Amino acid sequence: MHSLAFDIAHMFAGAMLVASFALLYQRRMSGIVDTYVVHSLILTVAAGWQAYIQDAPHLYVTAAIALVFKTLIIPIALRRIMRRLDIHRSVETVLGIGPTMLLGVGLVALSILLIFPVTESADAFAREDLALALSVILLGLLTMITRRNAITQVIGFLSLENGLILAAVGVRGMPLVVEISVAFSVLAAFVVFGVFFFRIRERFDTLDVQALGEFRGERR
Amino acid sequence: MLVGLLLQGLQMALVLALAPLLVGWVRKVKARLTRRRGASVLQPYRDIFRLLHKEAVLADNASWLFRVAPYLVFAAIWVAAALVPTYATSLAFSEAADLIVIVALLGSARFFLALAALDAGTSFGGIGASREMMIAALAEPAMIMLVFSLALVAGTTSLSAVAEHMLTGDVGLRVTLGLALIGLVIVAVAENGRIPVDNPATHLELTMVHEAMVLEYSGRHLAMIELAAAVKLVLYVSLLGTLFAPWGIAQFGAGPQALAIGIGAWVGKLAVAGLLLGLFETSIAKMRVFRVGEFLGAALLLGLLGTLLLFVSRNL
Amino acid sequence: MSVHVCLFAIFVLLSGCPAGIWAARRPGGSALIYSVCAAVAAVMAGTALGVLVRPGETAGAVLPMGVPWLQAHFEIDALSAFFLLVINLGALAASIYGMGTGRSEPEAGRILPFYPLFLAGINLVLLAADAFTFLLSWESMSLASWALVMAHHRQSETQRAGFVYIVMAAFGTLALLLAFGLLAGTGGNYAFSQLRQAGPDAGLGVVVLLLVLIGAGSKAGLAPLHVWLPLAHPAAPSHVSALMSGVMTKVAIYALLRILLDLLGGVQWWWGALLITLGALTAVMGVLYALMETDLKRLLAYSTVENVGFIFIGIGLGMAFQANGMNAAAALAYSAALFHVLNHSWIKSLLFLGAGAVLHATHERRLDALGGLIRRMPYTAFCFLVGSAAIASLPPLNAFASEWLTLQAILLSPDLPQWLLRFLVPAVGALMVLAAALAGAVFVKAFGIAFLGRPRSAEAEAAQETNRHAGAAMTMLVVLCVLAGIFIGPVLHVIQPAVAAIVERPALPGFGIADIAFVAPTGVGGGSYSGFFVFLFVAMSAWGAALAIHRGASRATRRSPAWDCGFALNHPAFQYGAGSMAQPLRRIFGTVVFRATETVEMPPPGSVEPARYCTTQRDPAWDLIFTPVAGVVAAIADRIDGLQFLSIRRYLAMMFAGLVALLILVALWR
Repeated sequence: MHSLAFDIAHMFAGAMLVASFALLYQRRMSGIVDTYVVHSLILTVAAGWQAYIQDAPHLYVTAAIALVFKTLIIPIALRRIMRRLDIHRSVETVLGIGPTMLLGVGLVALSILLIFPVTESADAFAREDLALALSVILLGLLTMITRRNAITQVIGFLSLENGLILAAVGVRGMPLVVEISVAFSVLAAFVVFGVFFFRIRERFDTLDVQALGEFRGERR
Repeated sequence: MLVGLLLQGLQMALVLALAPLLVGWVRKVKARLTRRRGASVLQPYRDIFRLLHKEAVLADNASWLFRVAPYLVFAAIWVAAALVPTYATSLAFSEAADLIVIVALLGSARFFLALAALDAGTSFGGIGASREMMIAALAEPAMIMLVFSLALVAGTTSLSAVAEHMLTGDVGLRVTLGLALIGLVIVAVAENGRIPVDNPATHLELTMVHEAMVLEYSGRHLAMIELAAAVKLVLYVSLLGTLFAPWGIAQFGAGPQALAIGIGAWVGKLAVAGLLLGLFETSIAKMRVFRVGEFLGAALLLGLLGTLLLFVSRNL
Repeated sequence: MSVHVCLFAIFVLLSGCPAGIWAARRPGGSALIYSVCAAVAAVMAGTALGVLVRPGETAGAVLPMGVPWLQAHFEIDALSAFFLLVINLGALAASIYGMGTGRSEPEAGRILPFYPLFLAGINLVLLAADAFTFLLSWESMSLASWALVMAHHRQSETQRAGFVYIVMAAFGTLALLLAFGLLAGTGGNYAFSQLRQAGPDAGLGVVVLLLVLIGAGSKAGLAPLHVWLPLAHPAAPSHVSALMSGVMTKVAIYALLRILLDLLGGVQWWWGALLITLGALTAVMGVLYALMETDLKRLLAYSTVENVGFIFIGIGLGMAFQANGMNAAAALAYSAALFHVLNHSWIKSLLFLGAGAVLHATHERRLDALGGLIRRMPYTAFCFLVGSAAIASLPPLNAFASEWLTLQAILLSPDLPQWLLRFLVPAVGALMVLAAALAGAVFVKAFGIAFLGRPRSAEAEAAQETNRHAGAAMTMLVVLCVLAGIFIGPVLHVIQPAVAAIVERPALPGFGIADIAFVAPTGVGGGSYSGFFVFLFVAMSAWGAALAIHRGASRATRRSPAWDCGFALNHPAFQYGAGSMAQPLRRIFGTVVFRATETVEMPPPGSVEPARYCTTQRDPAWDLIFTPVAGVVAAIADRIDGLQFLSIRRYLAMMFAGLVALLILVALWR
């Protein structure tokens, strides 16, 4: 079944994998948010394409959720909060960028090693899509644990969730996809809000203008 | 047989003739995008002509290697460019060398240029040579891993056969080809010394890589090196065009009309690539030298990923 | 017949050992000894070539020496003949070099007796056809080379090198002894013909493989057992270094091939996986060490480690293919590995002889004290340039051809059924090409700093060109390297009988003697390479461009001080040194692998003291493996030291306990 439709589905999964690697590569905060926007955009198009070729209209809803919520609302909110709270501009990593990306390739190998021998009887295209989606999930997890900054950890979590949605839409006939998408999106929103309430409380403690003035020695 | 040799000779002549034009076109695009008029697109030809007729000034302690290196560099790059199918897929010389040999020929050009940089005995030569070898140490393996991905897709490393396969074969859209495209663009930018890796128009020594290596060259030697750099740009653009945008290339045994279409398509691809390169260079900033390692490391890992995916599945 | 010729030649060499003691005190003595060695090497190389081009002739001889019930068996088959050819050509070059520099050698009495013994030991290992002869020759090779390493014994660096070398050599021989013991079992039949017939045994195979990897691998320079190599190879005199790097490491590879593929048999796919992993790690570690080095001969020694890694990658790939029945691909991989054996032997000998000429002329090994030698020693510089270009895998020279063949073998690997191999081979391929690219950087540094630029010390300014014997030896190797790179077909044709001794396979296309021009290993439609045509094209393009420009444009030149962006002050110390050339790559790789740090100590403002810049590196092999092991051994030795001071009653009790334990063992075993 070497048809163009499945090739295009593969291309989208591969593009999401490249976007996950690009997420690992970024050093600047604005770069990370922009890469996440691209990541979600590819998910939108992939979900839409799957809706088209599987003839499953409820997947269009998933695509719409990804577009509105993940490509527009969350990044705008993130950028606004980043500007307000004057968050540090570069990302600190636990390992260097090179070793992190090498670990990423290792994780892709691991997910292929996991999926391929287990699903010998399944359709070849479904296996590959599943392997690529699992790689995106593992790379999201890697992004979370190799960064010290809370914002990047949130984005790692969001990209992990994108990978889960990709896996769900890739499998033909998966039930409750839309419900899963909504649930994950609400979860993501709560996580984002949680992180920001925490940071705002921290910041407001030290952003107290009077305390700052005392430190500078201007007010006796 | 004779026709094959004629076509090969025509390709070598065209590559040499169009190379300065491509460089001029990229400079013109960059000038226009930064709201300048820019020099004429024929200016590089005039530059090379002027340099060829000037006397070459040699440093006191420059040895025979310094004088021979420009010709070796030019010859290696020109032979490599002769092996890349531009307007026809089959070339008379294609059995003599495959993709790996092309990469190695570019590597040997770089080897001799770095040695010539060290020959002058100045610190700028050392800066250029050490940074160039750092870039080479990552760009060359990345290129070979990308060659592996392409060879596994097409079943051979011979570039003519790969081009035929891309043109007529049942290739379709593949993930590994997408990865190879991104990787090849990164390697092409690095190898040609373009922003963000190196600035070809810089005057600041601390930002130089290629310019620092050729700082002591003048006259006809400098002309050969500039011409070689231009031919290298044409090589990479043609490689990208042949592999990822193969429409219009004349196939084996085609008539003169198809060849004319092939030449027109190739010139069109050069123009589009020049435009895109100018846009790309104008829109981003140059990287710090030690970030280049990560940049090329990403290309190497994309190549490794592509090869890995092809090793485990024939459809990817 | 060929065996008898070789044995007679080896007898001549062995007689050179006492003759060397006599000759050391005579003025023309060293030239005599070296010329006899050169003649013997030439005869043996010719004999070996004869055996290779007339396949099917396996000559043997049994001499009534050695162990009474076994006697000494000798045999030449295609595999031994190939290695004999490689080794004796290297020995020929080293001996010719020795003819020139031997007379000015201060410690001739320590070198001349052991040099023929070393050559004899090497050749005997290749001819041995039973375990005793093999081990005896192996040990004599090790001891003779140890004596040669200790020739300049007054330097403390040499003393440390000798100590580490003898420990590792003894350890390696012990491992090989155990391996042969396991192969022969309790039968006691140690002749190779009988060991071959014993047939493969799975559990035994694992242990034998590990023992052979330790024994032969440590001699070849496989990581992490390579640590003696960069200490011992530079300490020896230069022609001996050439022999140790170019020749002795290849004897170790012969031992590995002979024991694992011929005597043990029953190749498993995971042997291949293990070997390619070790080979890739060795290659990358070797070249990274070489990048950080500032001593010319130690840099060359680490580069040997890197190339041994490449050879192991080829052998491992061959084993993986052979275990899966893909014999044509296995033959390609083995051919690539054996071709690299040949290439590296010649290239490394050339480089070490060049380094020896530099050392002889300037008495300096440090790169930061050399420079500008291309004008003082032009011929040596040219030969070293060819060697550097060859080892950096530039077409159309020989090492590129073997690397090309290995890469073609890697491209055949997706057909391997095992999953682990399918993941491992791309990673190994990436590491291999990374190592090859880094080797280019290493040799730009080595040649550029040593020969180009301006002299950094008075010794470098006063250097003289080397003598004509060294020149002749280097010329011979340069010609061999260039010819092997251009005429690949005939060389591969000579290698094929050796490959056939390891794996049964159909004839590979493009490997015939008539295929002078093209090599196309995977048949029509696959990739092909012609060293001849690439050489022709590049040479004609360069020459044509030069001609056109000199006729059509200008050929005027003028000399002036270097431009250097207008800096007037241009002291030679401002040039890049070895450490500075490696700095970008040290920043990228060194921080991860060697925990390299750079510190700058700035004096306080107003002080006239200079600022200091220092870099530190830690060698992971010593830190992670050898220092802890040495610590444990020392701790155990301290405890056991208590045994020296027991009373007589305790000693008697110890002996009684030992006797009782052995008797219990015998009783239980029965």
